[in-house]
Amino acid sequence: METSATTPSPAESAANGRPVRVAARDLARRYGEGDNAVDALRGVSLAIEEGQLTAVMGPSGSGKSTLMHLLAGLDRPTEGEVWIDSTEIGTLGDNDLTRLRRRHIGFIFQFFNLLPMLSAEENIVLPLELAGGRTDRAWVDELIDRVGLSDRRDHRPSELSGGQQQRVAIARALASKPTVVFADEPTGNLDSATSGEILELLRTSVDAYGQTTVMVTHDANAAAVADRVLFLADGRIVKEIGRCSPHDVLLALEEVAQA
Amino acid sequence: MRRVALRGLASRKLRSLLTAFAIVLGVAMVSGTFVLTDTIDSGFDTVFSESYEGADAVISPETEFGRQAAGSGGFPASVLEDVEALPSVAEAAGSLRDSARLIGRDGEPLGGSSVSPLALGLDPADEQFSPVRIVDGEWPDGSGQIAIDRRTFDDEGLALGDAISATARGPVQEFEIVGVVELGSLESLGGATISVFDLATAQELFAKEDVVDQIQLAAAEGVSAEALVAEVRGELPATLDVQTAAAQVETESEDTSAGLGFLRYFLLAFAAIALFVGSFVIANTLSITIGQRTRELATVRTLGASRRQVLWSVVLEALVVGVLASIVGILLGVGLALGLNELLAAAGIELPTSGLVLETRTIVVGLVVGIGITLLASIRPALRATRVPPIAAVREGSVLPPSRFARFGLPASLTLTAGAVALLLVGSLGDGLSAAPRLLAIGLGVILLFVGIALVAPRLVRPLASALGWPGTRIAGAAGRLARANAMRNPARTASTASALMIGLALVTLVAILAQGLRSTFVDSVDQLFVADYAVVAEGGFNPLTPEVEEALAQAPGVEAVSGVRSGSGRIAGEDVGVSAVPGNIAETVAIRWDEGSDAVPGALGEDGAFVTREFADERDLELGSPLEIETPTGETLALAVEGIWEEPKGGSPFGQVAVSHEAFDPVFPEPRNDFTFVNVAGGITADAEAGLETALADFPDAKVQTRDEFKDESVASLSRVLNILYVLLALSVVVSLFGLVNTLVLTVFERTRELGMLRAVGMTRRQVRRMIRHESIVTALLGAALGIAIGVFLAALVTQALADEGFSFALPIGSLVVFVLAAILVGVLAAIMPARRAARLNILEALRYE
Ligand SMILES: Nc1ncnc2c1ncn2[C@@H]1O[C@H](COP(=O)(O)OP(=O)(O)OP(=O)(O)O)[C@@H](O)[C@H]1O
Ligand SMILES: [Mg+2]
Repeated sequence: METSATTPSPAESAANGRPVRVAARDLARRYGEGDNAVDALRGVSLAIEEGQLTAVMGPSGSGKSTLMHLLAGLDRPTEGEVWIDSTEIGTLGDNDLTRLRRRHIGFIFQFFNLLPMLSAEENIVLPLELAGGRTDRAWVDELIDRVGLSDRRDHRPSELSGGQQQRVAIARALASKPTVVFADEPTGNLDSATSGEILELLRTSVDAYGQTTVMVTHDANAAAVADRVLFLADGRIVKEIGRCSPHDVLLALEEVAQA
Repeated sequence: MRRVALRGLASRKLRSLLTAFAIVLGVAMVSGTFVLTDTIDSGFDTVFSESYEGADAVISPETEFGRQAAGSGGFPASVLEDVEALPSVAEAAGSLRDSARLIGRDGEPLGGSSVSPLALGLDPADEQFSPVRIVDGEWPDGSGQIAIDRRTFDDEGLALGDAISATARGPVQEFEIVGVVELGSLESLGGATISVFDLATAQELFAKEDVVDQIQLAAAEGVSAEALVAEVRGELPATLDVQTAAAQVETESEDTSAGLGFLRYFLLAFAAIALFVGSFVIANTLSITIGQRTRELATVRTLGASRRQVLWSVVLEALVVGVLASIVGILLGVGLALGLNELLAAAGIELPTSGLVLETRTIVVGLVVGIGITLLASIRPALRATRVPPIAAVREGSVLPPSRFARFGLPASLTLTAGAVALLLVGSLGDGLSAAPRLLAIGLGVILLFVGIALVAPRLVRPLASALGWPGTRIAGAAGRLARANAMRNPARTASTASALMIGLALVTLVAILAQGLRSTFVDSVDQLFVADYAVVAEGGFNPLTPEVEEALAQAPGVEAVSGVRSGSGRIAGEDVGVSAVPGNIAETVAIRWDEGSDAVPGALGEDGAFVTREFADERDLELGSPLEIETPTGETLALAVEGIWEEPKGGSPFGQVAVSHEAFDPVFPEPRNDFTFVNVAGGITADAEAGLETALADFPDAKVQTRDEFKDESVASLSRVLNILYVLLALSVVVSLFGLVNTLVLTVFERTRELGMLRAVGMTRRQVRRMIRHESIVTALLGAALGIAIGVFLAALVTQALADEGFSFALPIGSLVVFVLAAILVGVLAAIMPARRAARLNILEALRYE
């Protein structure tokens, strides 16, 4: 494997004239050791450009979540490197990684993961509070408005529907204007109508704010709102297509599954 | 189902361990108390039975007051000759038992100040009757010779032939050490020194010429102890009694057993408090666990487990914890007994010890109490578990259905609390109750008050935690705000965790306030009464000082007045009454507030005058001129007339209820000696005057010269020592509640795993995680402190109100209360250490995956 010293950081190279926000090279992740070892990722390289919505698809167990966790600095690769903006995160300690996540990364989880004792608004500003900086009220208000929760801001999560909870989670992810938002199956726990609303919201955040977003999904309709769809199989990127219809996504998926 | 319970227990090791700890400490306290008191008891029994090993029967004085302890007046030695002549008596020997203080090389008295130093006067020829054995050298024989105990001998680094000073009634004398003695198999006689003299020397030393304190008899060949007693009894005057050695041992150990019984119940009370707190902790832990296991319990229900089986699985889990905790507790108690002994020794109460005694009773009680409390505490959570419906297995985030009685919850807890307060009011302030129902009402009231407040507490959590958590939100920012929100999230859990701490803090507060009240009334009394320049008292206050001290002081330069105050116990129609003897000049050294009479009264008491306290006069309808007949321990009767009535301050005085003149007192009370000797000097308190008094007292190393402030400080210091013992004992229950807090936090962290993963993912640092847990812990602890201090103040107000007549006043020791709040914060911080570490160490991905 090449050493990073001889190769320029992928972040510095720009494709299509857009700056690269997140880059990975030769990522490998092995779980366990010896006979029981599982290679969840086997050499993934990619570059995520600014203002793009990238979907990651693939069969169950293909390594989608693993890839996302590595890109978000929640886990460390067995081999390879990850850049967020121009920072190579492999060498960062826990505190620096936490700080990096605060500034650069937003998360949207399948199970919303809101704090039950905080109101919708308090949940949204939580990352800002943890970071301890000043909260941009106007921005928070705009976000709340944008996700359609103006009249629900003081409600507890238990008083909100699943779709509403995920809206809160989206606003929370966007609140710190992160470099990149990662969403792991954001619609996996919602019915199709609600899923549509959530996907529209994600698309809007990309279009309106240029929010770079990476979304792991099993849903062809979800992938269809993406600018780019990456297909993973057995720990490798096996196919990549641009923006297309759900039908094309399904065809591509079938192709991947048969290969 | 049984397997489910046991597996569950094993898979929740840490939790089970922490739960067990709550009981371990209480049981350890119970078994420790028994081991300690049994050990001391056997120590004393050893002393007594070994003391009379060589004797078949013992003659000692008996009066109206019962058998006299050693050190009283004694009886004529001529009795010895009378009984020696009896055919059933093979041998007889008289001995003196008194106390004499040994003086160290540095001139300071030796031996603990808590026990009276033992002195024996023995005839070397009657070695067989001696309670002590010579282990080195020989028996003292002749004036100027002494034998001392091994410990003192070793500690002082003495050698046979060395000189040592000793003082009994009179001035210090020097003796040559000719022997070293041991008291049977005992390691220590509670720190008391032992000195042995020959009988003649002792009689002179103790001013008991031709007197003995005891005669020990050996029966002639073939005569039983009973027959011996029967024959001897016929020869004795009415003031003397004889009993078999075995009976004598019994009598003497009864007295100490009574004292030990007090110590035992005193310590057991604290064990009970710790166990009470422990039961809160266990109930809380179990109900949290059951809340968390709703899914699991529901699943076993869908698989066919009956309610009864669910109930038993929870009770069985508690039973196993209870059994293990009790066993560990009993063992730990043995260690605790050693610790308690050290604690008592540190407070100046050293007790005789031989080897540790672990009786079957200790083990049985420990097991019964430990297991019983655990089972009792498990009932409510177990019943809750049975209410988990099978459907909960398939519902996401299902919660336990509320109890059938839940809607009566608040009214019921308020009623309980009100009932508790009513009981307390009746018990403390109600008229016409005798002691037993009064104490019962108060005890029950306190327990119910704790339970009631604990039940009401969930309603108080939100407002209180909101206020108490406020500083944390300022200090710890987002982590502090989350901590506060977390503390308010599950009010029932927070409340019951805090309640455990509340109990300990309430009692600590109560004790602190009462002590403060006691201290201030005492100080007020001293300030009012003590107008002398100096008081001379005995070191340790155990042995009053001989009147020779009074005489020596009178000779000191510049001394204007010396007033020795003696005291004894008399009886009026079978009731004990404190009798003091004062000189005519007492009004110069003690400010007496006369109701009837004047400062001229003490000087005019003569042999038949007395002045009494107002309270005593009121109780007995006495007025000036009323007659008063007092029986004294020597069997005589003092016929007196009331010549003055004075108002005794609430904080006590150096006088008993009845005060008479020295002339009236000295002939009829055994060995008149002074508790206090007040001294006035020309020119008041000066270093010179004090030095002059010290010089005059050079021969009496036991005597201590104190100014009013020194006297106050010393008395207050000894009160503080007692207070510290109480604090240490109550700290035990605070430690139990600390474990409860740890337990709740561990369970909470466990329950919020996924949430913690999310928080870490969105930017919470490990440090912030630790802060969040720590602040939640502190808020909970402060909640306990707030409730506890409030209850403590309330109880103290009641008690001071009830005891207002006894001189208790209500005063808030603000400093102590601040310390208690800080201590609560410390408890919170300590409890959070381990759970916070665990929370901070969570792997983010695993936590997020966690369900
Ligand atoms: N902590 C772990 N320990 C061991 N193996 C793991 C671990 N996490 C993931 N794996 C394995 O790595 C592989 C990839 O897992 P990953 O979660 O990335 O898949 P995925 O594409 O997200 O699947 P899904 O669509 O089901 O969420 C799987 O075979 C999985 O079993
Ligand atoms: Mg996945």
